[in-house]
Amino acid sequence: MLNGILKTVQLVGSASRARLCSAPTELVGGISFKLSEEQQSLQELARKFTADEIVPVAAQYDVSGEYPWPVIRKAHSLGLMNLSLPKWLGGLELGVFDGCLATEEFSFGCSGIQTAILGNGLGASPLLMFGTKEQQKEYLGRLIEEPLMCAYAVTEPGAGSDVAGIKTTAVRKGDDWVINGQKMWITNGGVANWYFVLARSDPDPKTPAGKAFTGFIINRDTPGVNPGRKEDNLGQRASDTRGITFEDVVVPAKNVLGTPGMGFKIAMGAFDKTRAPVGAGAVGIAKRALHEATQYAMQRKTMGVPIAQHQAVAFLLADMAIGLETARLAVWRAAYEADCGRRNTYYASVAKAFASDVANKSASDAVQVFGGNGYNKEYPVEKLMRDAKIFQIYEGTSQIQRLIISRELLAAAMSVKS
Amino acid sequence: YIHIINKADMAASKGLKILVGCKRVIDYAVKVRVKPDRSGVVTEGVKHSMNPFDEIAVEEAVRMKEKKLAGEAVAISVGPPQSQETLRTALAMGIDRAIHVEIPLAQLEKLQPIHVSKLLAKVCESEKPDLVILGKQAIDDDCNQTGQMLAALLDWPQATFASKIEPSQDSKQLRVTREVDGGLETIDVSVPAVVTSDLRLNEPRYATLPNIMKAKKKPLAKMSPDQLGVDLQPRQEVISVEDPPVRKAGAKVESVEDLVGKLREKGLVK
Repeated sequence: MLNGILKTVQLVGSASRARLCSAPTELVGGISFKLSEEQQSLQELARKFTADEIVPVAAQYDVSGEYPWPVIRKAHSLGLMNLSLPKWLGGLELGVFDGCLATEEFSFGCSGIQTAILGNGLGASPLLMFGTKEQQKEYLGRLIEEPLMCAYAVTEPGAGSDVAGIKTTAVRKGDDWVINGQKMWITNGGVANWYFVLARSDPDPKTPAGKAFTGFIINRDTPGVNPGRKEDNLGQRASDTRGITFEDVVVPAKNVLGTPGMGFKIAMGAFDKTRAPVGAGAVGIAKRALHEATQYAMQRKTMGVPIAQHQAVAFLLADMAIGLETARLAVWRAAYEADCGRRNTYYASVAKAFASDVANKSASDAVQVFGGNGYNKEYPVEKLMRDAKIFQIYEGTSQIQRLIISRELLAAAMSVKS
Repeated sequence: YIHIINKADMAASKGLKILVGCKRVIDYAVKVRVKPDRSGVVTEGVKHSMNPFDEIAVEEAVRMKEKKLAGEAVAISVGPPQSQETLRTALAMGIDRAIHVEIPLAQLEKLQPIHVSKLLAKVCESEKPDLVILGKQAIDDDCNQTGQMLAALLDWPQATFASKIEPSQDSKQLRVTREVDGGLETIDVSVPAVVTSDLRLNEPRYATLPNIMKAKKKPLAKMSPDQLGVDLQPRQEVISVEDPPVRKAGAKVESVEDLVGKLREKGLVK
């Protein structure tokens, strides 16, 4: 019976398509949704890697919370890490869009492992955008040579959304700087080889944020750098999240990113490149939720038929599909704007805000489709719910995203004469 | 034609030239469906990939290059325009260059191993490989014929169902271990030869992303059956394609006596 329904839908679909186009083309009206051959190859490789290397071990890492080093090493050996690093350093210099393709695939397998594999993107972003050639060679070159991790350390116990409120201090001492303070919730905090750290370099509280902070590159093995214990989180448990204490950490002047006082701009600039990939991670969860729920709904029977034939269940799947398709397109648009060299803040925030909401709803609905089984760890969907939540929090909470979006749209509206 | 290789020590020579066949087939994970008119299976919009035994063949060629047994490895595919993607995968795994013998869509469904082996034989005349490695069979038709037919057309020795390929003891031939019904058979073949790969020959590598990017720049030559002078006239006609019969439920029995009794009932034992 289900086959009959699907067959009718297929016939109707193809008939209406035949009426609209004489021959299938890809470029209509100047816009294309087609992936290039290279992008397709990247997507296929990432998909295959996910199926072979991530999916089989995801549940085990979720339980143990161990850092997935074997998976990371394998991804590194295949060139699937550090995708955006420049060719002169030995990287593939792929765009934000390509990073989103890979992120979605890995996230389908496990968003915790995905965060671990692609977490270098956030830490590396400030160096890519503002680092000198020497700094890039030293710190980004390392990441290509070996499977090393880096981290982006801005958030503190007392300041997350309120970046301007961070209290870690940077005091000049001769040619060096001395860093003191505490960071919190730093992804890759315990496994990083080096950190991008934002600290307040101007103690005067009246100095505007745009001038009061400085970004530093700090080696893990610098005396005084103390990662705390690995935090026991609700989801993305394979990812390593820690507090880090900086106690009289001496940093040479050559490790200042950009110029002193430029830190806030650098820290915020990184997000324009990373929000779309974070959105892609959320899309991966939404895709997995829909996939698991669909498979289950075709097998599980109630009232004598597979539950997929009950409209209430089928409609849950349809809503997941609506969310998935639109979230992905929003992410693609944000990534495309970044790759075109344009400031994509508005699109990046839209994509991240929307995709994270879609991921959470889809994961919750997937558990619903599974019913009692969904609530249980023997089935894969409760993990999706736990993993999805962080997407509404990190890289700018959903509330901050809405702040950004409303500011952008109001600024645009006010610049037009009514 | 006759192609004689210098029987000098293989390790000292610049290595064998290997030709590897790759076929684009429906992906092994796809649930294949028979077309409503029973003329074949649904291929449109269905995921395709390289025949798994051909992936093993490609992997073996690349490994032989890495071991310096082979100097150049060339991939060849006989198929529709999309076979180019299959060849790019081979190039990404480490093959040096590729040849695509493009078959027009109308003739594709009627293409048989006899045609493919004739096309490959013609290419061998010009390419002069020392070793041809093919997958033992394609997972769509399961013919298991092309390698054997090719060897016969070329009058070359063949070593099919290979689970290991190495130089022979005197390094003048290839020692191939074959998986046969009775176990393993080891034979020495002189080159040039045709070898077909079996499942346990190796485990194919992932193509790394940098190699996938580099593969775009590797040469891919196109040829047509007309250029090669091979007639693609079909020699067989497919009458119908059907699903295998649905497996009937069995019955559980409580004891050996019950089992024997039931077998007697069905006339299966006396």
